[in-house]
Amino acid sequence: METILTIENLTKKFGYLTAVKDLSFTIEKGNVYGILGPNGSGKSTTLGIVLNVVNRTAGNFSWFDGQISTHEALKKVGAIIERPNFYPYMTAEKNLQLVCKIKGVSSDKVNEKLELVGLIDRKDSKFRTFSLGMKQRLAIASALLNDPEILILDEPTNGLDPQGIHQIRELIKKIAAAGTTILLASHLLDEVEKVCSHVVILRKGVKLYSGRVDEMIASHGFFELKCEDNEKLVSQLESNPIFRKISSDNGLITAFLNEPLDAKEFNKMMFDQGIVLSHLVKRKESLEEQFLTLTENQSN
Amino acid sequence: MLRLLQIEFIKLWTNRASKFLIISYFVLLTLISLIAAIKFDIGPIKFHLAELGIFNFPYIWHFNTFVAAIFKLFLAVVIVSMMANEYSNKTLKQNLIDGLSKKEFIYSKFLTVVSFAFISTVFIFVVSLILGLIYSDFNEPSIIFSDLEYLIAFFIKLVGFFSFCLFLGILVKRSAFALGFLIFWQIVEGITFGLLKWKAADGVAEAVFRFMPLNSMANLIKEPGSRLSAVKSVANQIGEEFNKDYSVHWYEIMIVLGWTALFIYMSYSLLKKRDL
Repeated sequence: METILTIENLTKKFGYLTAVKDLSFTIEKGNVYGILGPNGSGKSTTLGIVLNVVNRTAGNFSWFDGQISTHEALKKVGAIIERPNFYPYMTAEKNLQLVCKIKGVSSDKVNEKLELVGLIDRKDSKFRTFSLGMKQRLAIASALLNDPEILILDEPTNGLDPQGIHQIRELIKKIAAAGTTILLASHLLDEVEKVCSHVVILRKGVKLYSGRVDEMIASHGFFELKCEDNEKLVSQLESNPIFRKISSDNGLITAFLNEPLDAKEFNKMMFDQGIVLSHLVKRKESLEEQFLTLTENQSN
Repeated sequence: MLRLLQIEFIKLWTNRASKFLIISYFVLLTLISLIAAIKFDIGPIKFHLAELGIFNFPYIWHFNTFVAAIFKLFLAVVIVSMMANEYSNKTLKQNLIDGLSKKEFIYSKFLTVVSFAFISTVFIFVVSLILGLIYSDFNEPSIIFSDLEYLIAFFIKLVGFFSFCLFLGILVKRSAFALGFLIFWQIVEGITFGLLKWKAADGVAEAVFRFMPLNSMANLIKEPGSRLSAVKSVANQIGEEFNKDYSVHWYEIMIVLGWTALFIYMSYSLLKKRDL
């Protein structure tokens, strides 16, 4: 598999504050990556470093196996960082033509990309007249001008209204479906969960996890249960070594599994023990739950 | 190189304020020729500026480059704001992300500065040549094309001054403050000169003053007024004699080139050091 970006022991200090600490991971072609972490966890700083706008304190990174210099590599990358930055006095079309000049590609794709993000009828409007959602979509169009090997998005839905968020997500899915590698930084878990296959989790600049989303926690899922005699159920479950943790919330009992067990078998087992369940759902942890477990474990 | 110039051209020319200032600058340069039209004819007093000999070759090279240099402030505003706007619009960050290297960025700005200086020089050459051909008393090619070092000095002076503006734009990041700093610096140079003159030994003040950035640029083309034959004859009548050296010296050019190199280098290292 082709490596697009390799990060090795990257560290960035702002004075006494360590924004990124000894971070390493690689980005392979064809996957959709998420960088997850609360605000101030070093996501944007990491992206800033690999995008040549923030100086690193220590460590290394290399694009495309280090065969070309960073600024040459960036011509094959499409990136949007936080806020869309364009010349406010230029029209949408002019702004994109300028980006083409910088990237050294011909400007015949400008209209095609404006079409893709739905801004073709506003192409002669000045950038400063755009709403935030339109600015963000123009930024995506600009990032796609060179048909990039990798698209880097930093909080692409930040500050948008629900409709805008939806438009951007649809766009990302469309791009991902076309086979473009994507690196998406976000603090919104459902966003990452919906589109990403791989995830890097950061907290206070330290990597907590990197790998496939579905392998994030070695977990066999959990049951959500209800019955008439909850106390009996809880004591039954607690005596059973299959379960590692049992919690009860508003009459809903949650039992986490230590080993695989399917719902049918579990139901039968309970019935044999004289417990009739009125509610039984087997679930896998959502990314949010996994994320919270992971960050909790680390802070202890 | 062409690509970088094209990028800068798009940035400047689509900006209405920059476009307006650039056009006004060149219009003002052309208006120098209007000096020729200054003519008083009040009864016995006849005064026609063009006939005083200010458009005589080769004096015109000196006179016009000196006057034209006053208008350089228009382009200074353009240059400071083209740099500061890249910071305030955060487009500098976007340019770098899009694949421009920091070196290319500074290089493209420097190229713009050199182009401005070059176009101004060519422009003033053409305007002066035409004015001279109309009004000059001497029209031999050997006289027309003497003293052309004033044009070289004009070019170097503009490049140096604009590089200073470029550096201030990067240093201060806000156009208004950068222009304020420029004026402030002019005052600092003046005060330093005053203090040295007052406290230090004879000659020290002049020696130091010669090396200060803005003064070294001003020094390249000395004021031409007292060189005019009409002025001289008036001065002679009241018993005053000017013995001033008006020529352009190579070491003065070297000082300004030194500052230019320093300003560009400092701009680059500032850009390299800063996190955006």
